Amino acid sequence: MKERITKLILDILEEMVDSGQIELETAIKSDMELYGESGDLDSMGLVSLVLTLEQAIESELGVCVALADEKALSQSRSPYRNVDSIAEYAIGQIEEAR
Amino acid sequence: MSDGNPITLVTGASRGIGRALAEHYAGKGHLVIGCSRSEVDDPVDGCEYRICDVSDETAVRGLFSGIRADFGGLDNLINNAGIAAMNHSLLTPASSVRKILETNVLGGFLATREAAKLMRPNKYGRIVNFSTVAVPLKLEGEAAYVASKAALESLTYVLAREYSAFNITVNAVGPTPIQTDLIKGVGEKKIAALVKRQPIPRLGEFSDVANVTDFFIDPASSFITGQVIYLGGL
Repeated sequence: MKERITKLILDILEEMVDSGQIELETAIKSDMELYGESGDLDSMGLVSLVLTLEQAIESELGVCVALADEKALSQSRSPYRNVDSIAEYAIGQIEEAR
Repeated sequence: MSDGNPITLVTGASRGIGRALAEHYAGKGHLVIGCSRSEVDDPVDGCEYRICDVSDETAVRGLFSGIRADFGGLDNLINNAGIAAMNHSLLTPASSVRKILETNVLGGFLATREAAKLMRPNKYGRIVNFSTVAVPLKLEGEAAYVASKAALESLTYVLAREYSAFNITVNAVGPTPIQTDLIKGVGEKKIAALVKRQPIPRLGEFSDVANVTDFFIDPASSFITGQVIYLGGL
């Protein structure tokens, strides 16, 4: 599951770069920083990533998840800080929804 | 925008303005999805219905997830669902205020948010919220209702800015009293007094509302967002 979600995130990021929605300082990889002080995504980039990932999870796994819920927004360490943390958070939400 | 007929969701479609607009857009060839809290007794031909309480986040997410699965997207949201309670504030219980805010503000927000998520991939969308002339009239006896609609107007202004990057417009129409269930409990004298305060002193018609929603959802209205148009000259 982790591999599958990570791939979804990386594919979405690649698509966002290709379509000119975002510009990244570094190459796309699973341990890259995304959102926060050293991340490359601005708030609109994060919106695009989170919403596209929610839809991809729904299409691929048939599970309707919210990745921007109160729990995510209230965590002291943001789940959006890097690819790995978003994947972990998404998996938790998928398991909860199932 | 969809290649075929426009896909239009009307909330609060079981009666009143919502039903009339569902009929109006079905007649114009839109693929209309009508949403209401309960089964519709008198469905409009050509309109598909979904049951959803707009103040229930899980239900709203499910509604839009279903629209995505069944129709692949959404062009227009006619965000009409709303409730009113006409009482002096000194006779208004907290439960009534909470219910009005949950349906009109939270429900309006949730439907708009989920619609924008669905519209975003197509880089096209039209959202029309429903305010009321009671806001500019600062209508006494409807404090919670007026406050809820004023909040919805504020959401309209802010979300128009947030969604402009996705080519989604967010506007609002503020109807005058129209002979609907929403005002059936209000005395004739009170309605007459209210109508008298309008520069054009008459009751509204459904067609007056449709005229404004037609304008807002017209693809040519791509440069019109964050606007509130009141009927009757207010």
